[in-house]
Amino acid sequence: MGHAPRGTGMEGRPSPVAIRPLNETGATGGNMSDLSKLKDKIAVIGVGNTKYGNFPEIDDYGLAAHAFRNAVEDCGIDKNKVDGMLVCRIPYYARMGEVLGLNPRWTMTLPGHGRMSGMGIIEAAAAIDAGLCDYAALMYANIGRSRRVNYGGDESPGTWDPWGFTSPGAAHAMMFRRHMELYGTTTRQLAEVSVAIRYHGSLNPDAVMRAPFSIDDHEAARFITAPLRLLDYCLINDGAVCLILTSKERAKDFKKPPVLISGFGGRETYAPSSIANFDMDFWYPAVSDAGRQAYEMAGVTRDDIDALMVYDNFSPTVLFSLEGLGFCPRGESGRFVEGGTLKLGDKLPVNTDGGHLSNSYMQGWALNVEAVRQLRGECGARQVPNCEVVQYVQSTPCTRSIIYTKG
Amino acid sequence: MSYGKPLPRLDTLNKPFWAAAHEGKFMLQFCEDCGDTRFPPGPVCPKCLSSKQSWKQASGRGTLESWVDFHRAYWDGFKGELPYRVCLVRLEEGPVVVSNLVDKTDNPRMGQPVRVVFENVTDEVTLPKFTVI
Repeated sequence: MGHAPRGTGMEGRPSPVAIRPLNETGATGGNMSDLSKLKDKIAVIGVGNTKYGNFPEIDDYGLAAHAFRNAVEDCGIDKNKVDGMLVCRIPYYARMGEVLGLNPRWTMTLPGHGRMSGMGIIEAAAAIDAGLCDYAALMYANIGRSRRVNYGGDESPGTWDPWGFTSPGAAHAMMFRRHMELYGTTTRQLAEVSVAIRYHGSLNPDAVMRAPFSIDDHEAARFITAPLRLLDYCLINDGAVCLILTSKERAKDFKKPPVLISGFGGRETYAPSSIANFDMDFWYPAVSDAGRQAYEMAGVTRDDIDALMVYDNFSPTVLFSLEGLGFCPRGESGRFVEGGTLKLGDKLPVNTDGGHLSNSYMQGWALNVEAVRQLRGECGARQVPNCEVVQYVQSTPCTRSIIYTKG
Repeated sequence: MSYGKPLPRLDTLNKPFWAAAHEGKFMLQFCEDCGDTRFPPGPVCPKCLSSKQSWKQASGRGTLESWVDFHRAYWDGFKGELPYRVCLVRLEEGPVVVSNLVDKTDNPRMGQPVRVVFENVTDEVTLPKFTVI
């Protein structure tokens, strides 16, 4: 079903410090007075995606064009009004503009790393607020399935190749082993993450994988890089996603009720980037900081969160995100998720579309679309009742969190 | 038989490390101005930005921070050794490095003391690996 580890393999250095205080870099967080100016000022008015799967007959531009057309139809905008374009994992922004017949006045291009969605949405919001564009279309396309991307080995050369250490899945396995040793977390507890998210995939008619799994299924799956097994790894599939953003004032003119970007925050962790997708502290300091920024800006607490969208490239990142955001004490995430905590109808529904594990590996972009659809009440069997506040988080070397609310 | 695993990509920064490893020494780059010690090497010190970077021999001792077992071979050369073990070691000098744990023990523990051993994998290349003390 297209499971394989993914990776980027970048250079850098290992961190010599186990617990880094945030002020070691001279920074202690975003400037609240500045961030607060953007609270509720930018809205998502249109979302669209392709089908997800294996589409060898269509290229990146074709996939992105389908997603763009669907987002345009979703909000009813005249596509020629789009004067801002952000592309991610799409080879050439100018060709994208040509394909869509767009000559925007703001363009940004982001690489196909699994951490650009949160960054791109915040950048687009800032660009709209600054007046650099009025209507921004954000497009992401991935053809990793039909191109047989492995996310490891010679595709992504790294410092540690001579020892056979490659792929971000292995980096997450290395972190999860530490979590097991430090806190006594078990693989059966980790299984709860996959079981809950893959159950949500079974409720989503568009998900690539719709089979639910049990904890025993998880424990019986083959190892890829132990202690992680097949069901801890996300999908690799083709597809594309588009979001259209504008100001809250302009958002009133479109078909559907706008969803507001109420809060966001960010913090990078650039050492050790030689061990790609790895942090000795499970990105705890960065996630705590980004989460605090987002909650303070939005004026909500974690108790207000009706659904949480977590970048789930590998199941352990969900545990790390729960701890970093403070949904449970540090080291307690294994116990926190026991008994179906993350399932619809329970305490904290996570990745209601099936996430990267079962819905689609759109590197965070589809999770942001799901946040919008939940707030609009468009999610059918997987709808969170009375959904008013949804949070997105990506616990990665570029950690971001975004809080969306009903307009 | 040819060596089927990836070899280090030598560059001007890391060449001294691999030359020393071939002589059975585990070296770390350090800053002559502030003493910051690291691996892999960088062009300037990330603490003080000094360009005065040199190499010193490390103790070769450290503690085990984590480990994983690869059940998938991303290079054909590892196919015959699956599953193989990769470890994360915090050196006495501070830096954390990735390597292989040569012991076949079932149950390593985080915090276990380890020391470097050297394995000549080709005529030119020697890989530092670790063993539990």
